[in-house]
Amino acid sequence: MSSTTFDLIEGGRSAPLEPLTGTEIAARSPLELFWRRFRKDRIALVSLGFIVFLVVVAIAAPLVVKLLGAAGPDVQNPGALTQFGTPTGPSFAHHHIFGVDPLGRDVFSRVVYGARVSLEVAFIATGLSMMIGIGVGMVAGLYRGWVDTLLSRMIDLTLCFPVLLLGLGLGAACSQGNGCAGGTIKPGTDVVILVIVLATWTYIARIVRGQVLSLREKEFVQAARSLGASEARIIFREVLPNLTASIIVVATLFIPINILTEAALSFLGVGVQPPNPSWGGMLADATNIFNSAWWYMVFPGAALLLTVLAFNLVGDGLQDALQPRAAHT
Amino acid sequence: MSSSPGASTGERAAAPAGERPPVGALVEVVDLVKHFPITRGVILQRRIGAVRAVDGVSFEVRRGETLGIVGETGCGKSTTAKLIMRLLDPTSGQVRFDGRDITRLKGAPLKAMRRDMQMIFQDPYSSLNPRKTVGSIIGDPFAIHGLERGRAQRKRAVQALMETVGLNPEHYNRYPHEFSGGQRQRIGVARALALRPKLLIADEPVSALDVSIQAQVLNLLRDLQARFGLTLVFIAHDLSVVRHMCDRVAVMYLGKIVEIGPSDALYRFPRHPYTGALLSAVPVADPARARERRALVSGDVPSPANPPPACRFHTRCPKVRERCRTDEPALAPKGSGTEAACHFPLTEQEVARMHVVTGPVRPA
Ligand SMILES: Nc1ncnc2c1ncn2[C@@H]1O[C@H](COP(=O)(O)OP(=O)(O)O)[C@@H](O)[C@H]1O
Ligand SMILES: [Mg+2]
Repeated sequence: MSSTTFDLIEGGRSAPLEPLTGTEIAARSPLELFWRRFRKDRIALVSLGFIVFLVVVAIAAPLVVKLLGAAGPDVQNPGALTQFGTPTGPSFAHHHIFGVDPLGRDVFSRVVYGARVSLEVAFIATGLSMMIGIGVGMVAGLYRGWVDTLLSRMIDLTLCFPVLLLGLGLGAACSQGNGCAGGTIKPGTDVVILVIVLATWTYIARIVRGQVLSLREKEFVQAARSLGASEARIIFREVLPNLTASIIVVATLFIPINILTEAALSFLGVGVQPPNPSWGGMLADATNIFNSAWWYMVFPGAALLLTVLAFNLVGDGLQDALQPRAAHT
Repeated sequence: MSSSPGASTGERAAAPAGERPPVGALVEVVDLVKHFPITRGVILQRRIGAVRAVDGVSFEVRRGETLGIVGETGCGKSTTAKLIMRLLDPTSGQVRFDGRDITRLKGAPLKAMRRDMQMIFQDPYSSLNPRKTVGSIIGDPFAIHGLERGRAQRKRAVQALMETVGLNPEHYNRYPHEFSGGQRQRIGVARALALRPKLLIADEPVSALDVSIQAQVLNLLRDLQARFGLTLVFIAHDLSVVRHMCDRVAVMYLGKIVEIGPSDALYRFPRHPYTGALLSAVPVADPARARERRALVSGDVPSPANPPPACRFHTRCPKVRERCRTDEPALAPKGSGTEAACHFPLTEQEVARMHVVTGPVRPA
């Protein structure tokens, strides 16, 4: 406090107001600011483009396959096998641009349908685990006390579980006949989604809980409370809007992890069940015949790699654009 | 719904506005205590101690006055404010507002009571939700209490408030990050004023601001107080800001009030050595004096989890004697206009020797 303070106050009348902001600051919402930053990130933009392309291809899989004149994913074409019964490689002549698999099925068509499975599983599993994680994390963070203690111990306990072992166990248990839990969990994608959700909601709950704990100490939450805002209003109007950035970043970073988990489970035979196409399943089949049919491994492998890479790059870009401070520390 | 006898909202509604004469203090704080437990252990949390943030505080805030609360950081000023605001529940003690006990108010009566008291927070950055527009932040009190319904009407009300606090009403749709610290604090003031409270608690409203802007915000608060007949509780961590704002001042140290009284008396003749130390900590232009004043109080504030016994100031007091370590002094008048909790209050000679710089003495 220098003497200026006193001089101004002792003047006995109000000092002139601070100059009001002129036109040099245009009104910008946080969303606009985010987009301005994200737009500059070339790599993330290209990756986002690839993801959009992939999603469109996955949704329109039958159309894409038809347009390119390829056979359906389950159509066996004995004509595409050699006289010894081994698959043939990429050729435009047979309309098998990625070659065929040992059963004579079109690899391109199976990669495209595999994208469908991969994305579907990843999106649904991520969505479900986000819902559970956000719910549990918010409750733990907002109520603290014994509720928090109970939920946090539950989270710690779940975090101790080895995911792949859990997956293998559940997969083995649920992959026979009608599945498990009275048929509600069917073999295939259901099992994969269940395993992923069980394994990942805890991470999200932890992140959300930490954020809520720090947000609830912010003075704007106290201000809302002192105005008489209800708990629901505080959760939905004050806390949640400040979580969206982290939630989006976490989701984009979990999607590729979940894609890989699905591939791993399918690779191990407890995920997507044949004859349904999946990248992990194709990779598993391809390992035996890699020397004679490289295309059977390379194309699904490349699809998996590019997809995971793209999601990770978009996630990084989002993180930089949404939380610029966190990104530079 | 629990409220103490004679403190129901029914009574409040039954008394027509203006009929009950405003007798007594607006706020009475009686023996207020807030201990924050310190726990250890993961599943079974054992309580191993407590932070005695507020430890038996009693005072009143009179209608229309400005009461200052000062003390170093960690003395329990904010906790006291939050207890009055019912943002925290006291460990024991009572807060009476407008004659009724609000300490155990819940639900609808508590919400109704909140209209009468509002708070301005210290940090202009964390006190505004970064995801909301200024219009929606200032409009929140209306939305929560179902006032000023309708888009156009609410916008008009919000813009009027913005004008009142010196903001450009055209900036209605902007986000907090587009404003300077001083402007953000004005937004906080507008939000606090929206419900036309009787009591406004300003918790170090200018500590985070540039010196040049501090005066503007302080003047705004004074103008608004006069204009709306507000009762103001003004919290600060040094006495220089408080002096020009407050009618009475309470000095807090480690969760207790060590001296309280009219500003004039307190500045002219501080009796508690801690008050004297705070006053001499008011910045002085003369560096020779500055060295002298630093010697007056040494060391940091002891931990409120383990406060010194008897007089809590004895570990840092220049006048400490045996009795201060064994016998807790009570707050009592010392004959110079203020009440101080001290066995050996400062004498006139001591105050003169302290070179207490209280600015030029002006006739009141
Ligand atoms: N929610 C809390 N939990 C535990 N300790 C707290 C909490 N709030 C404040 N304290 C402690 O209480 C003491 C007084 O804090 P506070 O009232 O904020 O002081 P001041 O506003 O005077 O700086 C400090 O030691 C602080 O660490
Ligand atoms: Mg404080």
